[in-house]
Amino acid sequence: MNARTRPSRREFLTTSARVSGGLVVGFVLPGIGRFAGVQGLQAGGRFAPNAFVRVGSDDSVTILLAHSEMGQGIWTSLPMLVAEELDADWSKIKVAHAKAAPVYAHTTVGLQMTGGSTTTLSEFDRYRQAGATARTLLVQAAAQRFGVKPADCRTENGVVIAGTHRARYGELAAAAAKLPPLEAVTLKDLKDWKLIGKPMKRLDTPEKITGRAQFGIDVRFPGLLTAVVARPPVFGATVKSFDAGAARAVPGVRTVVQVPTGVAVVADHFWTAKLGRDALRIDWDLGPNASLDSTALREQFRQLAATPGAVAAEAGDASDALGKAAKIIEAEYAVPYLAHAPMEPENCTVRLGQGKCEIWAGTQFQGMDQQIAARITGLKPEQVDIHTTFLGGGFGRRANFTSDFVAEAVEVAKAANAPVKTVWTREDDVRGGYYRSAFLHRARIGLGADGQPLAWQHTVVGQSILIGTVFEKAAVKNGIDSTSVEGLADSPYLKEIPNHRVELHSPKTGIPVLWWRSVGNSHTAFVVETLIDELAQAADKDPVEYRRALLKNSPRHLGVLNLAVEKAGWDRRPPEGRARGVAVHAAFGSFAAQVAEASVENGRIRVHRVVCAIDCGTVVNPATIAAQIESGVAFGLSAALYSALHFKDGRVQESNYHDYRVLRLNEMPVVEVHIVPSTEKPGGVGEVAVPHIAPAVANAVARLTGQRLRELPLRLPA
Amino acid sequence: MKLTINGVTREVKGSPDMPLLWVLRDLVGLTGTKFGCGMALCGACTVHVDGAPRRSCVMPVAAAVGKSITTIEGLSHDGRHPVQRAWAELDVVQCGYCQSGQIMAAAALLAVKPDPSDADIDAALTGNLCRCGTYQRIRAAVHRAAVLAKEGIP
Repeated sequence: MNARTRPSRREFLTTSARVSGGLVVGFVLPGIGRFAGVQGLQAGGRFAPNAFVRVGSDDSVTILLAHSEMGQGIWTSLPMLVAEELDADWSKIKVAHAKAAPVYAHTTVGLQMTGGSTTTLSEFDRYRQAGATARTLLVQAAAQRFGVKPADCRTENGVVIAGTHRARYGELAAAAAKLPPLEAVTLKDLKDWKLIGKPMKRLDTPEKITGRAQFGIDVRFPGLLTAVVARPPVFGATVKSFDAGAARAVPGVRTVVQVPTGVAVVADHFWTAKLGRDALRIDWDLGPNASLDSTALREQFRQLAATPGAVAAEAGDASDALGKAAKIIEAEYAVPYLAHAPMEPENCTVRLGQGKCEIWAGTQFQGMDQQIAARITGLKPEQVDIHTTFLGGGFGRRANFTSDFVAEAVEVAKAANAPVKTVWTREDDVRGGYYRSAFLHRARIGLGADGQPLAWQHTVVGQSILIGTVFEKAAVKNGIDSTSVEGLADSPYLKEIPNHRVELHSPKTGIPVLWWRSVGNSHTAFVVETLIDELAQAADKDPVEYRRALLKNSPRHLGVLNLAVEKAGWDRRPPEGRARGVAVHAAFGSFAAQVAEASVENGRIRVHRVVCAIDCGTVVNPATIAAQIESGVAFGLSAALYSALHFKDGRVQESNYHDYRVLRLNEMPVVEVHIVPSTEKPGGVGEVAVPHIAPAVANAVARLTGQRLRELPLRLPA
Repeated sequence: MKLTINGVTREVKGSPDMPLLWVLRDLVGLTGTKFGCGMALCGACTVHVDGAPRRSCVMPVAAAVGKSITTIEGLSHDGRHPVQRAWAELDVVQCGYCQSGQIMAAAALLAVKPDPSDADIDAALTGNLCRCGTYQRIRAAVHRAAVLAKEGIP
């Protein structure tokens, strides 16, 4: 990978000095440099402030993150990319979220955001180039100082060395900042990597174990008020009238204002705002969704599944081939609406004035937030400063194309004419929408006399995330929102089945939906991997052998499957009372397989051990990968065993963690992680381990009980 | 009301019904203790009151008057309580939001059970939710903290 990187048409490298006395390395995208320039310092046109790296005269190396740290570990892995090329002293690394600016746009999405398990993919080259550029300039500065050629210098641990000459990066920063920009840099060959691929401890641990870490909800400054908003009891309901008399009478309540999403009580602090909200009397026009009902929705989805939908994948003639099958397996599956329920409830702080809108938020979607805040305030996007805090979990909830919790906070601050932090309660979060949609699947699969599938006909029914949003044009083709069928329409199994057809219905219900960690894969993998297991059983084959035969042209699937079953001891008997189930699935450019060991105790499913193999291409920080696999298993297991939202009379029935159950410590299995060595391009990690656990557990349960459970959360009939 | 928080006694003005959590966060400015559910369902708000773990989101501040309150900020002066050291050693945290509560619950457990079994850890920490799923490391880190506590500060 000894790439001599040339500036692409879209971007070129630039380097510039900064008055604070250091070296700044960044990238400018032509055409938006002016916008970016307003964000920071641009004295005399000498600099681009849109920096990724700063080398301070105190030898500190500060890495500015274009993406948000929400637990996935980029606070450590992105600095590793820079430090690798910079030969930095790891103990001198400092990390900060960059202030939102177009220069920090995701390199493939074109919008500053964190999601889709794409941070490493987006930044693998860009952050290494930023490090290499800084190093090259520091070497040039050192060569001038030493009176030698740059080629005679080497770098090590934050020092440039040439013969007996030595200079620390901090000593060279000011001189390096005066050098002309580079047109290209050379990246290290991978055999020379010292950091990339090594397990590195998280850099955010010290502040997160002492209570010092700043989350959005922790933002404080003099004069800041807190708002709690009364939102519609039914999606789409609107305020007819309200009586704020009792709310205003609560000591500490400053004002009560109506905003597009409801009525906001603004007070000195959270508790008074909450008491004020409880005292509001609001007459709602419940609107068109007042009779939403989960049972009726299920029936509506079921009826749709019996009608022709938009075709998402097709080969041969599935109907005809089904008529010739020796055996047919027919199944209906259902998964519920799900909330993300991150531990930190939604919140956002906004201060307006002096031609600016300042926002502090744990957000995954700065690029959109900035545009939407600009629209609400009448300012230009470059007048909207977004300070990204740590996120107390994201899972997709904080990447919203309507910027809902940010937009509302801007509306509240505007209406209250004061700096306000808007804080959601847990009930507001669970009932606030932007859920993983419920889905219903119907499949008919025909097997030949040899037990191999000849025909696969599959219909998916569930709400589209992207239809009706600004992304529809780019992401929805021929009526197919790929996020509804990902993991199914592109399944490697279907490619081996000569006759197949996948159809999709995307009904509208009034319930706001959004990406939920692993998105479509969260239901398609459950359906596909349990069906494949059932086919193996029908063919009287071992489920691993059956998969191997179908995946013979998918080497990376095979690689993780083989590693997982080997490490799990698939060929040995599981401990007494337990059975094993397997699932293999690719998503976000990575491949993973899991073997789950489960038992049934008093009719309840218990998962004891999960062995996961992952192939995510080139590995940056294996420590992060292990943690993210454990995390994905836990998140997926919550949905596999516990979580579901229900609607009755238009209202969400669940409200908090007692009835919207998530995994607890005593329910956590032992998770073992095995990484396939690879030099392929980096794939995603954060979402990759979520989809497998439900089917792996369901397959283990089928082996234990003989029952094929086709609904999440998994429940054994009493 | 006079409150003793992390060894410092201070006067706090506010309603006696206000949950201790919001007194700590909004009136005193100690934001390390977190709001997660408001109903003692998630443990993010766990603090020590006279050494025992309490859910500060449902504890009226009046109930804490005259008692010794310890928050994550006061667990150690240098972040080197055995539980904190074990958490760092095992790279427990992910998003980190629940971890103040997890650490306070673990420290309270070790104070009464220096050698906790897995069952003891389950009993003490099952009420502390983590959506990132750091449970496996939390369990290992509590065991590790028990060892570190015996070794003392190096």
